[in-house]
Amino acid sequence: MSRRPDRSEPPIRLPSHAAERVGLDRRRFLAAASGALGTLALAACDSMGPRSAKGVLMFAESGNEKLERVLFHHSSIDVPRSSAATAGSHFPAYFVSDQVPVWDEAAHGVWRLEVSGMVNTPLSLSLSDLSSLPRTGYKLDHFCVEGWTAVATRTGVRLADLAKLAGVRPGARYVDFQSFDSDYHESWDIESAMHPQTLIVYAQDGHYLNSAWGAPARVYSPVKLGYKNTKYLTKIAFLPERNGGYWSDRGYEWYGGV
Amino acid sequence: MKRHHAVVRITHWVNVIALTIMIGSGLRIFNAYPAFARRGESFCCYPFEHQPIPAALTFGGWLAGARNWHFAMMWVLGINGLVYLAFIYLHGEWRDLVPRRGIVRDAREMVKFYLTVRKDHPVQGKHNALQRLAYFSMPIVGIMAVVTGIAIWKPVQLAWLTNLMGGYVWARYWHFWAMLLLVVLTVGHVFMVFTVDPYSIPSIITGKYRPELSPEARNARPFVHLLPTHHEPPAGS
Ligand code: HEM
Repeated sequence: MSRRPDRSEPPIRLPSHAAERVGLDRRRFLAAASGALGTLALAACDSMGPRSAKGVLMFAESGNEKLERVLFHHSSIDVPRSSAATAGSHFPAYFVSDQVPVWDEAAHGVWRLEVSGMVNTPLSLSLSDLSSLPRTGYKLDHFCVEGWTAVATRTGVRLADLAKLAGVRPGARYVDFQSFDSDYHESWDIESAMHPQTLIVYAQDGHYLNSAWGAPARVYSPVKLGYKNTKYLTKIAFLPERNGGYWSDRGYEWYGGV
Repeated sequence: MKRHHAVVRITHWVNVIALTIMIGSGLRIFNAYPAFARRGESFCCYPFEHQPIPAALTFGGWLAGARNWHFAMMWVLGINGLVYLAFIYLHGEWRDLVPRRGIVRDAREMVKFYLTVRKDHPVQGKHNALQRLAYFSMPIVGIMAVVTGIAIWKPVQLAWLTNLMGGYVWARYWHFWAMLLLVVLTVGHVFMVFTVDPYSIPSIITGKYRPELSPEARNARPFVHLLPTHHEPPAGS
């Protein structure tokens, strides 16, 4: 008996403002990150031990990435346990800016999502453009690098569908997801980006995203750890090379696959 | 004749280092979210939800550092374990480790002896019945740690494995239990080495062993007859 993904196309309501900010905030994440050492930059290099150890660890990481890419299949999809409750308002909010990032319409005009880089037709999509594209919704697990999981229904557009619309050129091997949450961004391998459960999400649990959860839109895929899933999206760039990322540049695995 | 083959001695100490780093870094990873419950749920079976492990027992400094160590050292642990198991299988040492018929009775006799209910040390081969059980369990629990670890590393790509363990939350819990069992077995093992048979320490370093100082020959229980001068032949010999 195979378990099927719960795929739905729910009607979408106004944002729910119920999100508690119980999860990581920047300060806690940094504190967790730096341990006894004062600064993150120091921690990122020095707590891994001597330089020689760091070399070995980086070697292991690149080997692990190769294996993870071999294990990766588009046919492997996430199906939460049927007994798993949706986290709802217990779903943590997380961003790296000091305050909840809110798109400043007065300063920057109406929010639009740019799809650009190695594409034949660069796109610039408003939220209503996005929500009028073919809609995909899944009940999905979220796997945080810290070890917790949470279940939510994510609704949006498959990135693979956007890629088709934009006409991604063959040389594009990586995708960078950029945001207006300070300098937060994370780049991915294109295979993970084209996974059928990789969505450009504008609604969670049937409501348009609220600011704590990454409004107006975010990338979400269960095939990547939480920190790879950039919120507060501004731009999706198809690239020939990888472009690091906010946490991957600070010592977390770049691949971050699940 | 060496008591332990060089392959056994080397894999033993590589294992000590790899396991120490795996457990320390694992506990550091655990401390990033020291609970098992899914967000918005509670978990039945862990009484210390949200209580971090003391930092002194952890390794890696911060979450990313610990993860890097954990995911590098897993290869050392895994390959070392395979080398050890392949060697003892091909070279025959497994015969000293698998439980024999009567192991339960023999183990009971050992416990009786340790509790001073029985005066003379039971006759044994290379290892006594309790050692056999401990040494036989260690690779099994080690395999359990590796398999549950893979399940929480790839809960989507290897979802069949994770689901076999009851899903991610439970796989993480079993992974924790495997660690706990290894710690208990190791603490017991090291305690017995130092309080009953410290003379076997050279045997796992250079291979050299003096049978006349074996626990059986000394009639030794924890802390009792530690010194060779206490030598008393067991009754009847
Ligand atoms: C500092 C820590 C440790 C010390 C001092 C130590 C010491 C020893 C000694 C002296 C022996 C030889 C016993 C004999 O010949 O009768 C031995 C054997 C053994 N140890 Fe350890 N040990 C340590 C840690 C570990 C750990 C962490 C494990 C695995 C989880 C382990 C597993 C074993 C096994 C399986 C054997 C039997 C080897 C064989 O006969 O094939 N030891 N150890």
